[in-house]
Amino acid sequence: MLDATEWGIVALSLKVGGVAMLVTLPVAFALAWLLARVRFPGKVVVDAAIHLPLVVPPVVTGWLLLLAFGPNGPIGAWLQDWFGVTVLFRWTGAAIAAGVMALPLMVRAMRISIEAVDRRLENAARTLGAGPWRVFWTLTLPLSTPGVLAGAVLGFARSIGEFGATITFVSNVPGETQTLPLAIYSALQQPGADALVWRLSCVSVGLSLIALIASELLTRRAGRGLHVL
Amino acid sequence: MSFEIDIEKRLGDTQVSLTLEAGDGATVLFGPSGVGKSSILNMVAGLLRPDRGRIAVDGETLFGDGFDVPPDRRKAGYVFQEARLFPHMRVRANLLYGVRGEAERFEDIIGFLGIGRLLDRWPRTLSGGEAQRVAIGRALLSQPRFLLLDEPLSSLDRARREEIMLAIEHVRDVLKLPILMVTHDPEEAERIGNRVVRM
Repeated sequence: MLDATEWGIVALSLKVGGVAMLVTLPVAFALAWLLARVRFPGKVVVDAAIHLPLVVPPVVTGWLLLLAFGPNGPIGAWLQDWFGVTVLFRWTGAAIAAGVMALPLMVRAMRISIEAVDRRLENAARTLGAGPWRVFWTLTLPLSTPGVLAGAVLGFARSIGEFGATITFVSNVPGETQTLPLAIYSALQQPGADALVWRLSCVSVGLSLIALIASELLTRRAGRGLHVL
Repeated sequence: MSFEIDIEKRLGDTQVSLTLEAGDGATVLFGPSGVGKSSILNMVAGLLRPDRGRIAVDGETLFGDGFDVPPDRRKAGYVFQEARLFPHMRVRANLLYGVRGEAERFEDIIGFLGIGRLLDRWPRTLSGGEAQRVAIGRALLSQPRFLLLDEPLSSLDRARREEIMLAIEHVRDVLKLPILMVTHDPEEAERIGNRVVRM
């Protein structure tokens, strides 16, 4: 079984993945809603930009994050000046990298579930006296919830598997930014660490499998139109 | 005048237009499918914007003359062709969705619609006739100033049609709400309508 250090790696991965997913969730939902429901000029460009992390080499995404969050980067300098914090070489930076990489997957899943909400129901609610906000809170949000949760779980799975952008952005610091894939990569560099690679890989596959099954079950639930949570 | 309508709207290749001044009771828009009858109701409800014209109910302008009252302030009780019940809410929550303040006539309305025993059911467990009666109840409980009915009987079998027909007559004769109804069935048009407008 795993020793204390290895459990630490698993715990760190879950923390990074969990925080990445929770912080990205509202952003992804807002973008998904925007793409599903609002017509605006430049929508194609926004849509493409959101999907960039899916196709750009992760090392490029990591480098761009480094530019933005580095001591001279616009966000990095602002964080340093106002809050005296940096995300470089920190688990928070790993969570940012994981969140950015997971964003397109989450937006895609959520957009589909928002588009699947029957506009005719929303129109019926309008005629019953509900303003746009009430329609959103009482219909759009609850009816898209299973799909939104499926997207979130998928994002979580993607986050705990994040490698390229993370290692470029926040390096591979044991106990701070060394999540499962980075630990596996380090172990592969050491002679005689095969058993460790096996153990960590099994945990990695197991976690991903659980997340994917959960996501699939939620998607089916949304597809069946049960909507009752 | 209950309804004063003079509107035009182009929808694809179809030019939808209607000029109508109707008094109390039920006005039926009668005609074949595809001439834009449902679009007229959507425009009166505020769900579709006419290209030009004016819509007024009981003397109050809902559209035109610089007005475009949003659908949630038009106080239209709209019963659609399909019941459109909210699938994640039980019947009771569906009925109460449009209620502002106290549900004054709740007992009355569920009584004459015969839906009292359905209150704790989920919409997916209802028959077509039951769902449509709940939809009528939901529209009436939102304290509408007028009722829009879009082929409310078309998805029902003969026995169920009679139930809904009686409910609509009750609304027309007892609650005395102005009704604008769309149908392609001459028998329905004849029975419900105080006046029939052919489209």
